[in-house]
Amino acid sequence: MIVLLLLAVPAAAGALALAAPRVGARAGTVLGVSLLHLVLVGTLWALPAQAGPGAWISVDALGLLALSLVSFTFAAVGCYVVGYLRHPAPRSGAAPARGGRMFAGCLLLLLAAATLVCVSQHMALLWVGLEAVTLSVAPLIYHERNRRSLEAVWKYLVLSSVGIALALLGTFFLATAQEAGTPLLFSDLMRGARTLHPGWLQAAFVFLLLGYGLKMGLAPLHTWKPDTYGEAPSLVGALMAADVTACAFLGLARVTAVAMHAGIGPFVQPLLIGFALLSLGVAATFMLGQRDLKRMLAYSSVEHMGLLALGLGVGGVGSYGAVYHLLNNGLAKAFAFLAVGNIVLATGTARLDGNRALLRRVPLSAGLLLAGLLALTGSPPFGTFLSMLLLVRATWAGPFRWAALLVCALLAVLFVPFAARVLEATYGDHPTAERHREGPWLIGAPLALAGALLVLGLFLPVPLGDRLAAAAVTLGGQRP
Amino acid sequence: MLPLHDGLVLGVLLLNFFVLGTSRLSSGIRSTALQGAALAALPAVLHPVWSFHKVLLVLGTLAVKSILIPTFLLRAIREASIRREVEPHVGFVGSLLLGALAVAVAFTVARRLPVASSESELLVAASIATVTIGLLVIVTRRKAINQVIGYVLLENGIYLYGLTQSDRVPFLVELGVLLDVFVGVFVMGIVLFDINREFDSLDSARLVHLRER
Repeated sequence: MIVLLLLAVPAAAGALALAAPRVGARAGTVLGVSLLHLVLVGTLWALPAQAGPGAWISVDALGLLALSLVSFTFAAVGCYVVGYLRHPAPRSGAAPARGGRMFAGCLLLLLAAATLVCVSQHMALLWVGLEAVTLSVAPLIYHERNRRSLEAVWKYLVLSSVGIALALLGTFFLATAQEAGTPLLFSDLMRGARTLHPGWLQAAFVFLLLGYGLKMGLAPLHTWKPDTYGEAPSLVGALMAADVTACAFLGLARVTAVAMHAGIGPFVQPLLIGFALLSLGVAATFMLGQRDLKRMLAYSSVEHMGLLALGLGVGGVGSYGAVYHLLNNGLAKAFAFLAVGNIVLATGTARLDGNRALLRRVPLSAGLLLAGLLALTGSPPFGTFLSMLLLVRATWAGPFRWAALLVCALLAVLFVPFAARVLEATYGDHPTAERHREGPWLIGAPLALAGALLVLGLFLPVPLGDRLAAAAVTLGGQRP
Repeated sequence: MLPLHDGLVLGVLLLNFFVLGTSRLSSGIRSTALQGAALAALPAVLHPVWSFHKVLLVLGTLAVKSILIPTFLLRAIREASIRREVEPHVGFVGSLLLGALAVAVAFTVARRLPVASSESELLVAASIATVTIGLLVIVTRRKAINQVIGYVLLENGIYLYGLTQSDRVPFLVELGVLLDVFVGVFVMGIVLFDINREFDSLDSARLVHLRER
């Protein structure tokens, strides 16, 4: 019942916003629906018996964790939208049509679609949800309506449509590999994993890895990511980096679990670890010359997607680390993007040239950006520190010891340009360093996300730890 | 004489070559419409057992793949007043040859795959060939609208493969896929209108502002 409400409320509100913009397309609607969504997810934590209406749609531990991330980041973004729409347009250029029905409607439909992905236990239903996520995000990327955002959304649409089509083919291959049980149902796939046809399963895995890996933004399938994150409004970037990637990760994690369980681990593991190392390497290379804060966050996202793939590839404790890191990275990316969003609202650009001396011009947002730097490079006391440590340790303990060394080296290389740029932006010199006002909604939202990340780093609440362990077991791993 | 379903599958396969070989965008779009009609007829011909679901699926496929999407794309090229693909990255003869190669490879691969019967072997081969040709169109053509046509081919190829699994993939999912494809093409179409307005062209080679410098 609760799960159906979780799906129906944002979908209905989104349809209302598109059809009747005067009633539906307000910041208040987005805020109200996302807060209601958060409350409903909270009741799911309290009442595990309400897990779902049937075999196809039900919330397991992995789904609940991803759903909580989606719901929490959406609630924060819902608060942020209120401040964002009130804020006067940045001084550069003509103010684009802000707010409006496309914006509110697509945000709400995105919430509904992401919820569908999190609660799907059926691999094809998950695919339908992920495609809906892709499509509802596209108009949001294109919100600024200029040449650059048009180019970005076109690249995004063409590449992710091809990716998602390949994933559909992979899903059909998975159905071909299966002989017993309800077709494509995750629990039946796991139960009958030993009877899956290994050849078809390998083909299915490759296509699903390409498709969902493209949606996550694993190198070399990441080329859309810097353009898209760079041109989308920052709050859309926050949702994409935290939630859209989490949805794609769910797809990849579930099919990896099936493949490992079926005993084709020796085929799967090198692929995942190869993509992971390549992602870290590409992120390190392209971070070097980057002069744009949002594009830097995009490459940081490529890096962290690589770490997630590493965790899945290593398995065991690595699966636990990957799910834990999914939450940490989502929170960290979301608040870093919202901080950059405040900076863009104040200075009119995300490029470094116009953004120096931020600590004097927008002190709170600049402080949040510095915290984001620490969180995204895996420094204590944030949760990312623990999860990245866990991932590296799990890799070191397994048969891929050399990969752990390589990952450490690449993480160190990544830190330097990232830190240098952020420090240049916050401490550097700027001729007109007058102070900008930062509204309470615009600061409160990223602050709440950063606070949650801090909690995850300082102590892990017991129910959360239990769900993390249960999610790791779902993926064939274990608690450390 | 050729059984009807084999004829339909071969028709789907040949229509790919019309898309590959023509420079007229409207002919390309009409070929995908015909292909969609053949795809809609296939589930009815392959398993002639009628049920409410199947009627809905056949009608839905017909409406989306052979009426709505082609109409929408034809309108897009009319409003943008473009007719032809000029200077694709790979010439028309070259892409026809590559398409023929794709078909040859697809049949070789399908023969080696463990599929149930000879009729699904033909389906699988046609599916692999259509998917490959769809990708080929996306990569080698310059007009943005041709990338949408390539995507439609790609989806049609996957739909062909889905037919071999029709008893395993539930009806609801097939409708979801249809809806997603339609909305996808619709969103692409809207972006196309705006690209045409902003850049005065539908040449995707002009979209080069976002690059690493």
